[in-house]
Amino acid sequence: MTAVTIAWNRFGLGARPTDRPPADPARWVMSQLERFDVRPAAIAARPTTAEGVAELTEFLTMRRQARQMQSVDPMDKPSATARRDIQQSLMDDMAARGLVAIQSDTPFAERLVHFWANHFAVSVAKRQTSGLVGPHEFEAIRPHIMGSFRDLLQAAVLHPAMLTYLDQAQSTGPNSPLAQRAARRQAREAGINENLAREIMELHTLGVGGGYSQADVTEFARAMTGWTVAGLPRARQATLLPNSAAWAGYQHEPGAKTVMGRRYNEEGAKQSLAMLDHFATHPSTARHIATKLARHFASDDPPPAMVARLERAFLESNGDLPTVYRALVASPEAWSNDAPKFRTPWDWSIAALRAVGMEQIPSRNFAGMLRELGQVCWGPAAPKGYDDIAASWAAPDALIRRVEVAERLARQAGPRDAMALAQALFPDALNDGTAAAIRRAESGTQALALLLASPEMMRR
Amino acid sequence: MTMLDRRSLLITGGAAGALFALSPAIAFARAATERRLLFVLQRGAADGLATLAPVGDPDFERLRGPWAEQALTGARADSFFTIHPNLSAVTGLYASGEAAFVHATASSYRERSHFDAQNLIESGGAKPYAVRDGWLNRLVGMLPPDGSRALALAPAIPLALQGANRTSSYAPSNLPEASAELSERVSALYSSDPLLSSLWEEALRTREMAGDTQMRNLRNAQQTGQLAASLMNGAEGARIMMVESNGWDSHAGQPNQIGGALERLDAFLGAFRTALGESWQDTLVVVATEFGRTAKPNGTNGTDHGTAGAAMLMGGTVAGGRVIADWPGLKQNDLYEARDLMPTLALEAVLAGAIAEHFSLDPARAMVTLFPGRSATAKTGLLRT
Repeated sequence: MTAVTIAWNRFGLGARPTDRPPADPARWVMSQLERFDVRPAAIAARPTTAEGVAELTEFLTMRRQARQMQSVDPMDKPSATARRDIQQSLMDDMAARGLVAIQSDTPFAERLVHFWANHFAVSVAKRQTSGLVGPHEFEAIRPHIMGSFRDLLQAAVLHPAMLTYLDQAQSTGPNSPLAQRAARRQAREAGINENLAREIMELHTLGVGGGYSQADVTEFARAMTGWTVAGLPRARQATLLPNSAAWAGYQHEPGAKTVMGRRYNEEGAKQSLAMLDHFATHPSTARHIATKLARHFASDDPPPAMVARLERAFLESNGDLPTVYRALVASPEAWSNDAPKFRTPWDWSIAALRAVGMEQIPSRNFAGMLRELGQVCWGPAAPKGYDDIAASWAAPDALIRRVEVAERLARQAGPRDAMALAQALFPDALNDGTAAAIRRAESGTQALALLLASPEMMRR
Repeated sequence: MTMLDRRSLLITGGAAGALFALSPAIAFARAATERRLLFVLQRGAADGLATLAPVGDPDFERLRGPWAEQALTGARADSFFTIHPNLSAVTGLYASGEAAFVHATASSYRERSHFDAQNLIESGGAKPYAVRDGWLNRLVGMLPPDGSRALALAPAIPLALQGANRTSSYAPSNLPEASAELSERVSALYSSDPLLSSLWEEALRTREMAGDTQMRNLRNAQQTGQLAASLMNGAEGARIMMVESNGWDSHAGQPNQIGGALERLDAFLGAFRTALGESWQDTLVVVATEFGRTAKPNGTNGTDHGTAGAAMLMGGTVAGGRVIADWPGLKQNDLYEARDLMPTLALEAVLAGAIAEHFSLDPARAMVTLFPGRSATAKTGLLRT
């Protein structure tokens, strides 16, 4: 691989037929940090977080009414249409994400969006998040990836999508006014749900072995009670805050709390925000983020020297993300030819669509294609997000599916000179074997399919 | 077993000389073992106290309130435990002595992260991320060559099957198949790329095994059970298979969630048993999860991450109809960290012991190879053989 190929593929989303090799590949990558479009047209046209929340609360209301009417299957009947609408809207959100990726002139910045959305994964595997997972990326992730990690963290974890996904919205302090009222009425006891608190510490900030205990998780979970989604049954009167998060003081567990040796006085919402701030700049967080970025851009086995460099950039800049990205692009390990990354299904799909110069994305086909390739958009099985190593993606059946998609895409793309395209996409980096296969192909369609399925396209 | 399916066209049609070398008829000599192992991993931490409820424990009702009442509607496993009512096929196997439960069991992991715990239960390591390959892959290396075909029923290979020994994955899709002509040329295209060529050969072989299924995904539990059986049946079938079962992370609204997950698992297992036919006599099914859940419900009618849980052993070789447990009790002082079911039986010892007996391996060697660095001894006497 040459520097141009690395810039286009490892840092970017694959070249398009019209792309011309940049004279200074590293500078081209770096310049994208300033040119990033936070809100491209395809995304601006999508429903907002507030609309997603309204849709969710309306759906839950309808479902409750259906239950009260004792319909046989409460998930069906009156809300079936609503569910279909939500599903369609989700597929349109996925298509908007894909469209921005295939059209982007700042693919490195888009890769960072995808990286952070996966780091703060909200999965559509939990159905209630369907209308919110798109807005989560569009409105909580995108505006903050060029700012501080602290702001990104706060926006990502306090977004209604995350609060719903990891059960935070329901978590109630046992001594909160809400719980006390329930106790007076002898209603079911409301209580703490520590799911989001744990994942913030383990996945989003400090990382496993980051120096916290079960007691810290529980205490942080107590401080987090009160963060909720306005409009949900228990949170009708919650106060709406910026970023669409909502605070319901009557759900909050009162009192001072101690997390990782630090004491935090009772200050309502500010208490957990102070804890988040502490995590956001903690050395364990710097190490965790540095390792993940190095793994994503350089190698399945993150080079220790590179991790240390990114970690330093993170700590010295107090978590200023562009500073960390600049250290990343300046790392020779990321430009090494030794161990190219195996593309994930998402990366391969986008690279293939860019390679054939696709300009539109039919939403149903796009969502279905990703599902069949084994990586539902925004659909990891767990809050950890999708894995970032070859062992998870380089599998026999997964490969055969890519070849099947390659053939279908080649048919749709229509006739073109596959050899010229191959040379344009991989200047000075086309394998002899791939060139030979394209040359010997029995049709232009087959030649194009072979290019899309080639070893060069499978890796980045 | 007939191999005349749509995939055969790849081999018989046209100029298929290069592909013929990959034909399963040649690649698979007769299997050297008839024994089969199906490992079902319940991802998300299944609640063992819901699966196999200790209704005879005087503290169960106090802890679980209304959930305990529902547990009484399940079939009796013995005077102490009831089986969740949605596990009807498993209950049938239990009654005929072909299923056993193991309770209050946990791996050596004592924290509460899904991901670390799943890493441990799949890698077999004693510390998360310390061992890079999977224990099922290492098991392949302990079995006679050519008789150890290992397969994940999933689009990708899970960690448990990753490693030096060749393993594969398969899942039905609704993509149109690639043309025979393209497939043939892809074989040539990948020939100088070791990773891609070995993946590609394995993919072609597995597709042939699966035959012409009408399935488009793995959502239907019953059909998935039938497919799993078809991939394990016959002389060329897989001897080791892994299936992933999702939907166990019940932080809120647990009764419905667990009920649905157990119903799907039961439908899968029941269909698998039926479709496997006579091979059931040579089969061991192990169902396990990464850790259990809190003994007491949380504030949102669910449970949080806990420690010990329940595992299941099923199949023709299992000495079933019993619950294997050293019951720790549910009093506050008996709970692990005053919140979780206390582990009293090492899950690794159960897995290594049962698998050693099933494949006639030395239990101590199985323990060391599959789960290195443990102090527990492989538990034997779980199977009838």
